[in-house]
Amino acid sequence: MRVEARRLTPWRIVFLLLLASGLVVAATRYMRGLGAVTNLSDQFPWGLWIGFDVLCGVGLAAGGFTITTAVYVLNAKRFEPIVRPTVLTAFLGYLLVIAALLLDLGRPWNLWRPIVLWNPRSVMFEVAWCVMLYTTVLSLEFSGMVFEKLGWRRAQRIQRAVVLPLVIAGALLSTLHQSSLGSLYLIVPGKLHALWYTPLLPVMFFLSAIAAGLAMIIVESRLSSRAFGRRLETPLLADVGRILFAALLVFGVTRVYDLVHRGTLGLAFEATPAALLFQLEFLMGVLLPLLLLSRPEVRRNGRALYASALLVVMGFVVNRLNVSITGFEAALGGHYVPAWSELAVTLMLVALGFAAFGLAVRHLPVYPEERAAALAPR
Amino acid sequence: MDTKSRALLIDVKRCIGCRACVAACKQAHGFPGGDEDTKLSATAYTALVDKSDDVHVRSLCMHCLTPSCASVCPVGALQKTAAGPVEYDAARCLGCRYCMVACPWSVPRYEWKALAPSVRKCDFCRERLEKGEAPACVEACPVEATVIGTREELLAEAHRRIAEDPQGYHPHVYGETEAGGTSVLFLSPVPFEALGFRQGLGSEPLPGLTWQALEKIPGVVTIGGTALYAVWWITHRREEVARAAQEAGHAR
Repeated sequence: MRVEARRLTPWRIVFLLLLASGLVVAATRYMRGLGAVTNLSDQFPWGLWIGFDVLCGVGLAAGGFTITTAVYVLNAKRFEPIVRPTVLTAFLGYLLVIAALLLDLGRPWNLWRPIVLWNPRSVMFEVAWCVMLYTTVLSLEFSGMVFEKLGWRRAQRIQRAVVLPLVIAGALLSTLHQSSLGSLYLIVPGKLHALWYTPLLPVMFFLSAIAAGLAMIIVESRLSSRAFGRRLETPLLADVGRILFAALLVFGVTRVYDLVHRGTLGLAFEATPAALLFQLEFLMGVLLPLLLLSRPEVRRNGRALYASALLVVMGFVVNRLNVSITGFEAALGGHYVPAWSELAVTLMLVALGFAAFGLAVRHLPVYPEERAAALAPR
Repeated sequence: MDTKSRALLIDVKRCIGCRACVAACKQAHGFPGGDEDTKLSATAYTALVDKSDDVHVRSLCMHCLTPSCASVCPVGALQKTAAGPVEYDAARCLGCRYCMVACPWSVPRYEWKALAPSVRKCDFCRERLEKGEAPACVEACPVEATVIGTREELLAEAHRRIAEDPQGYHPHVYGETEAGGTSVLFLSPVPFEALGFRQGLGSEPLPGLTWQALEKIPGVVTIGGTALYAVWWITHRREEVARAAQEAGHAR
């Protein structure tokens, strides 16, 4: 085991390079300030770290609450094998979001302040509380795997006894802050382009996060099957694909209905950068995957299902970047392009996520085979 | 709103573009540089742009009556005070910069190079105000283009000037209604659109838009929580029944 861990595979070299460059940038940020490593400006005070690391990080981790709710509340037992990898992804996702915040906040040592300094009228205050509480919930949900590995039967029993309240709390907290990340932008009508600004922003963020979280389950299962030879069964993933289709359809219809209802659909067909970005986000992230996922042969084919889910994830990322960055460019009359150093930090965080997931899969009973092995009499 | 609340009236028609307000502001706050600023920055709480030879426009924090920045700040580092100013308390700040995103006029600036950065914007010369003095820009203006008073007084004065010279003034006081009203009011000889002032803000305070979402939280939590529990109860009922039947079968 130890020998294997020391071998330098190409992926490990990539990981170490990303880690090193990210750490150098992080150190520079703490020694010389945000201005030294970011292209943030008074015009664009939020950039890649908020748009991708935080908004996408939280959204892509939404599978954690949807699958636990399906299994523990709706009693959809067939999804039980997905619970652990999904909870693991969500937990790591939220830890990385907090790591990103520690870099992005101007005064990160004050991160805990919303606990004592209250402004209940602030969406950011609500998001801060929900993220703190939900990360706690996820750590407790995750703890089951650790207890099982350690063989702490009593802790396991206690953990199982509180799973239902944890799952319900997780679903409520997630509903609140997934939608509230959209509510953050309710206060900027006119600054945010009308293709994205709508009073339904919270609903849009919630619905798209559900789809993206489900897509992530498929993506992550494919990647871990290739990396660790461990995977979920194809029929199970086909079922996730079916639910993903439904979730995506609900989001897509709501999105188009809202544009028509507000009379802003025409903006999507103008020759503007905003229209192009909208088309990219909607065709890649909604329309094309809907067409693909509607076909049973796509859902049953591992590679095709993976490709469809990857499209959903990419479209989701473009959507969040449009809302947080490019959607402001027309009104503010400027541009923001992340600095290489901002990208380096983001890539480091993603790489850390992959590495931590791999470590957990190797050492904890994450996938069903290991659980079966662990439960089998020795 | 307290009627004693201080406000500023800036008459673009009176302004001669001497830049004394910019220089006085810098001096009062101990900022480097002279009077050259045409854009707000972390060391320029006010700036002056020459739109034409005789139209010069100041920019500064509008000190809204219901400020977006104060509403969005998670830790209440920004507050609208009874005296009029929207004040910033760096000691509370997290540095999330949501205030900068939320401000309808994109006024707040940031100390991007600092290790403990602060949000920077016009503080209405709060310390001078507490001593009973007028803000530095007001005191420096040689033609009373910027004057201080209560908001009511200044609105009355502004409408008096428009009524007295309807040809000379555009018939609107910018800030009277914009985004629910501001404590900095503008009079102009030309339409405000031509000055680049933001249009279409409406007369409702923007924080109301957020509140429409936030006020739903208690409902989502109570109804959602109960609904989830109810669903759990129903979906697990069948198992309970089966288990009970099995036990009954054993007992027999």
